[in-house]
Amino acid sequence: MTFPNPLDAQEKAAFRQGSEKSVAPVVVEARKLSLVYPTADKPVMALSEVDLTIAKSDFVSLIGPSGCGKTTLLRVIADLERPTSGHIAIEGMTPEQARLKRLYGYVFQAPALYPWRTVERNVMLPLEIMGLPKADRQQRAREQLERVGLVGFERKFPWQLSGGMQQRVSIARALALQPDLLLMDEPFGALDEITRDHLNLHLTQLWRATGKTCVFVTHSIAEAVFLSTRIVVMSPRPGRILDVIDCNSLPRERTLDIRESPEFAAIAHRVREGLKEGHSYDD
Amino acid sequence: MIKRALPVTVMTLLLLAAWYVGAAWLNWPQAAETLTRAGKPAEFADVLAQAYAMKRPILPTPDQVVAELWNSLTGYAPTSPRNLLFHTWVTAEAALTGLAMGLALGILLAAGIVYTRTLEASLLPWVIASQTIPILAIAPMIVVILGNIGLTGLLPKAVICMYLCFFPITVGMVKGLRSADPLWLDLMRTYSASGMRAFWSLRLPASMPFLFASLKVSVAISVVGAIVGELPTGGQAGLGARLLSGSYYGQTVQIWAALIMASLLSVALIAVVRGLELVLLGRAGVR
Repeated sequence: MTFPNPLDAQEKAAFRQGSEKSVAPVVVEARKLSLVYPTADKPVMALSEVDLTIAKSDFVSLIGPSGCGKTTLLRVIADLERPTSGHIAIEGMTPEQARLKRLYGYVFQAPALYPWRTVERNVMLPLEIMGLPKADRQQRAREQLERVGLVGFERKFPWQLSGGMQQRVSIARALALQPDLLLMDEPFGALDEITRDHLNLHLTQLWRATGKTCVFVTHSIAEAVFLSTRIVVMSPRPGRILDVIDCNSLPRERTLDIRESPEFAAIAHRVREGLKEGHSYDD
Repeated sequence: MIKRALPVTVMTLLLLAAWYVGAAWLNWPQAAETLTRAGKPAEFADVLAQAYAMKRPILPTPDQVVAELWNSLTGYAPTSPRNLLFHTWVTAEAALTGLAMGLALGILLAAGIVYTRTLEASLLPWVIASQTIPILAIAPMIVVILGNIGLTGLLPKAVICMYLCFFPITVGMVKGLRSADPLWLDLMRTYSASGMRAFWSLRLPASMPFLFASLKVSVAISVVGAIVGELPTGGQAGLGARLLSGSYYGQTVQIWAALIMASLLSVALIAVVRGLELVLLGRAGVR
């Protein structure tokens, strides 16, 4: 697809730099991003002057207590909310252009499967909207269901699946678009811890295999540290970024065992300290 | 199966018993008079037998009604005006045509109301007002107006049915088209789907359980509408015409037989809607 890309020059520059320093191209870039919700009594600052850069193949977690704007930030990236001020670019485009080009896949807090469609037809929904021929749709749906380990469930309806399986279908549905960017809003928040561990392991393997850029909203410290290359700690009233923590001390290939390692504990500690700092505002 | 059949059987027997008691009580004075006039003995048993065997009872007994139904259904060809099936079909045809028209109008109005704010404010009061007019008052007017422009027979009756049917469908579909979960709508937005696409792939299927709830109400009132529509025409055919001629000649047995057929028709049509619902939505877990 040829599309005027204002970041091309910048990207090329980044690549040139990359030959010396290996800097990956920028996928999401936010500068002084603010969003104010008008409410009855007084306006709520959901996001205040947020600066954030997400590079290709990064796995970035947004963590913070409820009301810190982490979901809002994700929705701004997805063009489901419009920022009040500031600048945001997705691969050099406005979020709206990126949405119209279907550059990202979005996984919601709830599976949000259409109950009248079978598992397979749920995964094929975005492909139908893209206007793909039927054979291609089926082929892609099969690939993605295989990827999330749900072969044999194509003809089942959502109500016949457990919560964890439903969320895996919704991930397969997001992947079926073959997006560069995967946006996930607390996808495992409603699941029990055992299922959650299992899906986290699955997700990190999937991320490593596909090399997709992931932005992941969570309120679980362990989950954030386990999955991320970088963790963005946020704080409410107004919603802002307190700390950005690199997780490069952990290997890119991760098993559940790394949660016992001292590196893991160190990062988790720093996240916890960051969150504590944010909470002092409440008192 | 037996556990479910037992209460139904008991209730049916109780209702039949009450019917027989009621028939004896209502027909008693007339039966006693008939016997006295004929100079026959009027003992309890004689009067009771007479009360259950009158030609034009105030309230016929269930066996009289069943006998009338049986004679009508088996004694004549289904195309004969003396066969109740003929009349039932005439009424069903009008009811189903009206239902189809009401369905189309109801969905159209609902889509208009859901998608345009001005229509919601301007149209909804009229939709509600239309249902406050007694159908018995407006039905002859519809027949007269349509007759004047040359439309007679099935169509005026179907229009009366439509007039009654579209309301539950509009109300149900307005709710149904708005029932899509906000996340489902967000999902459509992330796919940058068009409004039309969101309607066909999301809003319309999401509204189906609401549509079927409305349809069950509409089917029953459509049959009522068709019967009411057959009254002012002084009709030659249809269950309504049958009721009318029965009341002209005091043929209460005939009236009751037509009433039973009308309710059987409604029950059968609701069963068809229920069947469609199970086939279309049952597999998706909508019960």
